[in-house]
Amino acid sequence: MIRPEDVLVPSPSGVCCKRGGFHIDPTRPVERAVITHAHSDHASAGHGAVLSTQETLDLMRLRYGENFAGTTQALPYGETIDLAGAKITLHPAGHILGSAQVAVEVDGLRVVASGDYKNAADPSADPTCTPFELVRCDLFITEATFALPVFRHGEPDAEIGKLLHSLALFPERAHLVGAYSIGKAQRLIALLRKAGYAAPIYLHGAMEKITNYYIERGIALGELRPARGATKANLAGTITICPPSALNDLWTRRFPDPVAAFASGWMRVRARARQQGVALPLVISDHADWDGLTATIAATGAGEIWVTHGQEDALIHWCAMRGLKARPLDIVGYGDEEGDEGGEETS
Amino acid sequence: MNRFAELLDRLAYEPSRNNKLRLMIDYFRSTGDPERGWALAALTGALSFRHAKAGLIRSLIAERTDPVLFELSYDYVGDLSETVALMWPAKKAHISTAASQQGVEKQDNLTLTEVVETLARLGKAQLPQQLARWLDALDETGRWALIKLVTGGLRVGVSARLAKAAVAALGDKDVHDVEVIWPALAAPYRGLFAWLEGRADKPVSGDPAPFRPPMLAHALDDADLTTLNPADFVAEWKWDGIRVQAVAGSGTTQRGETDGGLFARLYSRTGEEISKSFPDVLEGLRLPGAIDGELLIMRDRRVQTFNVLQQRLNRKTVTAKLMAEFPAHLRAYDLLADGDEDLRERPFAERRSRLERFITRLNNERLDLSPLIPFRNWDELIAARKNPSTAGAGPDAAAVEGVMLKAREALYVPGRPKGLWWKWKRDPFIIDAVLMYAQRGHGKRSSYYSDYTFGVWTKGEDGDELVPVGKAYFGFTDEELLQIDRFVRRNTIDRFGPVREVVHEADRGLVLEVAFEGLQRSSRHKSGLAMRFPRINRLRWDKPPGQADRLDRLETLLASIEQGHLQGQIA
Repeated sequence: MIRPEDVLVPSPSGVCCKRGGFHIDPTRPVERAVITHAHSDHASAGHGAVLSTQETLDLMRLRYGENFAGTTQALPYGETIDLAGAKITLHPAGHILGSAQVAVEVDGLRVVASGDYKNAADPSADPTCTPFELVRCDLFITEATFALPVFRHGEPDAEIGKLLHSLALFPERAHLVGAYSIGKAQRLIALLRKAGYAAPIYLHGAMEKITNYYIERGIALGELRPARGATKANLAGTITICPPSALNDLWTRRFPDPVAAFASGWMRVRARARQQGVALPLVISDHADWDGLTATIAATGAGEIWVTHGQEDALIHWCAMRGLKARPLDIVGYGDEEGDEGGEETS
Repeated sequence: MNRFAELLDRLAYEPSRNNKLRLMIDYFRSTGDPERGWALAALTGALSFRHAKAGLIRSLIAERTDPVLFELSYDYVGDLSETVALMWPAKKAHISTAASQQGVEKQDNLTLTEVVETLARLGKAQLPQQLARWLDALDETGRWALIKLVTGGLRVGVSARLAKAAVAALGDKDVHDVEVIWPALAAPYRGLFAWLEGRADKPVSGDPAPFRPPMLAHALDDADLTTLNPADFVAEWKWDGIRVQAVAGSGTTQRGETDGGLFARLYSRTGEEISKSFPDVLEGLRLPGAIDGELLIMRDRRVQTFNVLQQRLNRKTVTAKLMAEFPAHLRAYDLLADGDEDLRERPFAERRSRLERFITRLNNERLDLSPLIPFRNWDELIAARKNPSTAGAGPDAAAVEGVMLKAREALYVPGRPKGLWWKWKRDPFIIDAVLMYAQRGHGKRSSYYSDYTFGVWTKGEDGDELVPVGKAYFGFTDEELLQIDRFVRRNTIDRFGPVREVVHEADRGLVLEVAFEGLQRSSRHKSGLAMRFPRINRLRWDKPPGQADRLDRLETLLASIEQGHLQGQIA
């Protein structure tokens, strides 16, 4: 009888499939890597061969340059390849454009490594990526970024409503919205458009390349302008999307009396919002919340759960209360998506 | 309730006073009666009902959640109300596709009015069940606001005065106009809103002991003196206590209180009633009238310093022991009403003689007259300001924070009218300190390092070292802020979140000339000292950090302040 450990083995730099000879989201260079999505804590440069969705490969190329890997291979959602008897299929994870769960099947035992995921009930909650698909499996490897019962993300449309209300109330001020530059920024723009906001939206320079890629992929984002070069007067009453690290930066001095907003699941906790000097926290997350994590774990039918990055303790306790076998994976380096944007701009 | 909760949520994050005002004005304008009136009561601290204890909230959540998950969550969030608000089990199913797809409004008809009215009549035994029903009906922000409200922990950085200013703005009125009638009003303030929206007459103050908006002084520059004629002015000491108004009158209050005789109330400068905190001083006010004066602590007929007064302020309960240790005293500056007679339209000189007679009639040791400072010309007054102890203040000199100049002919005009009253504070204490840490500011200043921790030299284990003695975030010009910000960014040696440590060695670093009003002992600071009202006076780019002041000098200064010897500029 085959055991989950015969399919995937945890290691400090990511899980490894010995049969197929590959790692999933390794945090150090390896010969062969399967990458779930393009955020920097999961997708690093320097691997020999990379297997992923076309979008993830494209985003990695934009991020790291042409030579980010020895060779690359794109695998569309739902198609299967066989590596020495390990069958690999990618399924939509609903996290960002191109994000995938990796299903690995060996001798009839299926393991799903979800990477980061968001299982929004309503597909319009994220117009920028394919919705999460539930995959039944024997072992489920889940993230735990927001794995505490205090995290319930609510309706993103209501948060967009807060932003638009503030814009109406302070028409002479600029609204700066901090958002991770891959995924969250574009989703935010799409949600604003969905809410009927038709004015031009301004972009921090760090957002431009990735956002253009989204537009190339056919995602409608309306009129976008670079914030660079706009006059202070022109920026009154506008929305600008920027990396979170820019919110308290010298860069903000070009804006008239800016309102600092931040779109993130972390904004649910006041201390986190205050610590970052945010005046308008928007609870919009690309991760599953507590209810989403627990509902997904239950629905996969998996009898064994491995938990990576975040609040593992609470999720493991929850599993134990339901008779599920669960263990934490200590993978170094996950959970700090876009951590490479931390540096301050000096202009 | 959700609208009110959203307002509180936004106010709690908004750093700017002006923007807080606009958020409140928007709320009051777009919310109907009586809902907005109860909101105003909540913001001004005028709601009174039995508060729920934290233990009750804890037991409610314990019945509904797994204890391990609760502890993990509480540990992460760090605030009980917030943890409970966030993890309270939602009644709605997580996957509520129908509601979100059709954009159906949340089922929330609970109003603040209902909450306040229910709480007023609810028995203690029914509270837990009622609270749970409400929590079921609200979302995260609503639950947070409700818990803060019922536990009495509503702190969103809004003073009662700011809330009153927001209401006043509805009718283009000044905050004074609302303050003056405030004691006559009761929640939910329908009459007030009707007046401000032009639908009714101004509510009349029916209070027998109403607050009257105070007259305030302009700061005097030395240069102003040359434009003023000494013969037109009277001078008196500016005592370093808290400015109050003590009012007594007879009748029945609109709130229905009556004691058959005289009502005495003590108000702060902004019209907050603080009678309960100072019953000892009010006992002495046995004649109808309104005194403008300074609240002080008096021991053995000597005025104590502000440091001593501070120990009596902000106490929830006033015990006999506290009153014996810190006896309150009112030193009178002005008389606004004598019996039923309003004196505010009379010149200062006349009010002053009425005040002298009034104090004599009261004949109570808890109330006395603030003495005038005799002077024939400005030079004599300059000398008096420099040395109050020999100019009449005697042993009370340590509690003098400067000199007041009042035009003899000045009527009592609320607000800060030009040219009638001048305050001329004694010169501040000055030291040279070294910038050690800088922190980002808030709001408009969030991209600037604008909060500065500075230190002075002391003997350490390995020779001289700097010990922090204070923190200042104003006093500099916009241009100086830019200069310091640039210095901080270029000379950072370490970072701790929003704080940067900057270079501070004997020959490298920035010397700040710091001005401050006083010193006191403090166990919260490593140096054992705390400064009162410190600000950056000047940047000393020219001075090597090694030549900045030493801790010994501050200690000597503190010792002389405590002995009451110290006056004027010591620097």
